[in-house]
Amino acid sequence: MSVSTSKTPADETRPVQEGEPLLEVENLGKHFPVTAGLLRRQVAAVKAVDGVSFSVRKGETLGLVGESGCGKSTTGRMIMRLLDPSFGKIVFEGQDITKLSQGRLRPYRRDLQMIFQDPYSSLNPRKTVGAIVGAPFRLQNIEAKQGVKKAVQEILELVGLNPEHYNRYPHEFSGGQRQRIGIARTLALKPKLIVADEPVSALDVSVQAQVVNLLEDLQDELDLTYVVIAHDLSVVRHISDRVAVMYLGKIVEVAERSDLYERPMHPYTNALLSAVPIPDPAERGDRQRIRLQGDVPSPLDPPPACRFHTRCWKAQDICKQVEPPLVELSPGHQAACHFPENTTVSATDAVAKAAVTPGTAPSEDPEPAE
Amino acid sequence: MAAPIEVSGSDTEAQPESVLAGVDRKKIQGRSLGQIAWLRLKRDKVALTGAVVVLVLILIAIVGPYFVQDPLAYHQNLIDPTYNRPKGGFWHSGISADHPLGVEPGTGRDMLARIVHGARISLLVSFLATLMSVVIGTIMGITAGYFGGWVDYVISRAMDAFLAFPLLLFAIALVGVVADGAFGLSGNGLRVSVLVVVIGFFNWPYIGRIIRGQTLSLREREFVDAARSMGARNSYVLFKEILPNLVAPILVYSTLLIPTNILFEAALSFLGVGVIPPKPSWGGMLTLAVPIYSSDPMYMIIPGMAIFITVLAFNLFGDGLRDALDPRSR
Repeated sequence: MSVSTSKTPADETRPVQEGEPLLEVENLGKHFPVTAGLLRRQVAAVKAVDGVSFSVRKGETLGLVGESGCGKSTTGRMIMRLLDPSFGKIVFEGQDITKLSQGRLRPYRRDLQMIFQDPYSSLNPRKTVGAIVGAPFRLQNIEAKQGVKKAVQEILELVGLNPEHYNRYPHEFSGGQRQRIGIARTLALKPKLIVADEPVSALDVSVQAQVVNLLEDLQDELDLTYVVIAHDLSVVRHISDRVAVMYLGKIVEVAERSDLYERPMHPYTNALLSAVPIPDPAERGDRQRIRLQGDVPSPLDPPPACRFHTRCWKAQDICKQVEPPLVELSPGHQAACHFPENTTVSATDAVAKAAVTPGTAPSEDPEPAE
Repeated sequence: MAAPIEVSGSDTEAQPESVLAGVDRKKIQGRSLGQIAWLRLKRDKVALTGAVVVLVLILIAIVGPYFVQDPLAYHQNLIDPTYNRPKGGFWHSGISADHPLGVEPGTGRDMLARIVHGARISLLVSFLATLMSVVIGTIMGITAGYFGGWVDYVISRAMDAFLAFPLLLFAIALVGVVADGAFGLSGNGLRVSVLVVVIGFFNWPYIGRIIRGQTLSLREREFVDAARSMGARNSYVLFKEILPNLVAPILVYSTLLIPTNILFEAALSFLGVGVIPPKPSWGGMLTLAVPIYSSDPMYMIIPGMAIFITVLAFNLFGDGLRDALDPRSR
């Protein structure tokens, strides 16, 4: 490896301060081509992610929720550049990393790590724990001060594993322990941002809590920023500072955690939240479960305008003709709906307002001007 | 350090697989997958027998020729001139204390010596040919599987073409075409090289397909993404992440390919394109035995049994190895 270890290009810019955007995603999209015939002609495209914009502030946890197939994992993989975006922009610490070659990207990978969903598939069964957790040092050509083995053992201890398990193989561990090994691997290089793709969904509920708490402890201790991708709303509520809700390749609502869970604006968010089980049977009575009709439409041919109109109980003609932009409807609360709930303004009004106020782009800007 | 929950204690000790229940475990310690496979293999008596026979055969092939008589020395005094077959012995095979497997009809050459020398040729050709197939097949398969797209398309079609090739006819023709002294080799050295290249070069698609399929599934595993997300290059992913996971199928397929190649070498020798007589080979001995099997059946049975035992031992060992390395495939 020829990459210098002392200085990454990111060091040259001013370090990102707490609360400032560490990661900004603008109109990011991924279309997977569908080919047919001998010449592999493209006949269609799966619009897995179709223009999402959000930003992650340093030190916060952004939850990305949505049902399976809505593009949340694809978004995570694009941020990690494991998938190349079809369009859009990813800005990490002020540097556009969308078009960087894998070689140029390598130094940034130190600051950008990923926790994977399946602890059984994310650890190479032929490698010892020491080799797995030590791999980032080798790949990034980093010398640990006290030697790689010592460094790895410290990290193992940090995630609650016995450092003496250094020479063991992944198959000797339980699912929760394996996920801890995966977390240890991402922490090896002291990253700034961790994309956690369904970090606990493959685990037992009892173990889920341990891993989620571990992630939170590590965040405090190591000053981490998380993008947590999940479909479990309770997990997201527990861990996130802000939550973005995705539906069919688009973000439909972004808000502070408490704001989103208490005053969801988008009908889809309402429907999702109404599906969260309430542990206390006595309280179940006074809640109405919103049952959406039908399935999620195919991302091959998503509905025009508002993508949710085919299943929305509030849909009117405008929803089929004009796409509602993602705009701020109350401070820190963005939603993309013509007829939002829990608010007096509608997106359409906000658009009209944005149109007369120059300098505020309504739809593409992740952080609309106040 | 803010103590993360659940400090690992005794309950975190690994649970050995139930298959190892009978294994002595006073102290539980980390076992690699290879160690577990070895423990499983040790419990498989049939495979172990195969392995022992294989080891004995390899030993015989390496050091045996130094202990037996000259395989080319004639013992005409042991031949009954009337029937041109060995005098006496079991079924007129000439078996005696001096010649435990009898002597060859017509010439009286010692059969034990010829079998032992034949084993050397047989194993040499089959091991080298297998090595060649495995190396080419692994490289091609892993490349096709990992990179996909047009690379996969080209390699896969090449495999199809190779599989459609009439290998036996090609081998016979090639041996006739390659002139003595080509490539700086002559005589038996050249014959053996041609056999190795022909057998090895045309067998790679079989292992290539297996490796390609395995790579296709391994490529999608998250540990590959994890390595890439840490900045690993393709070469690292291929050789450090994927290849170690292919050791089991490569090993198993090799041990199952060796007997096939032994049979193939015997067949080519039988057809007269193996090593040049008088150098002994198992297939060549069978050729000589065909016209006289009724008067001296042992002359056919002995090389036949040598081939049979060798192939069976390798197959039993290979099957056991597969079961030990990948219990799910059973």
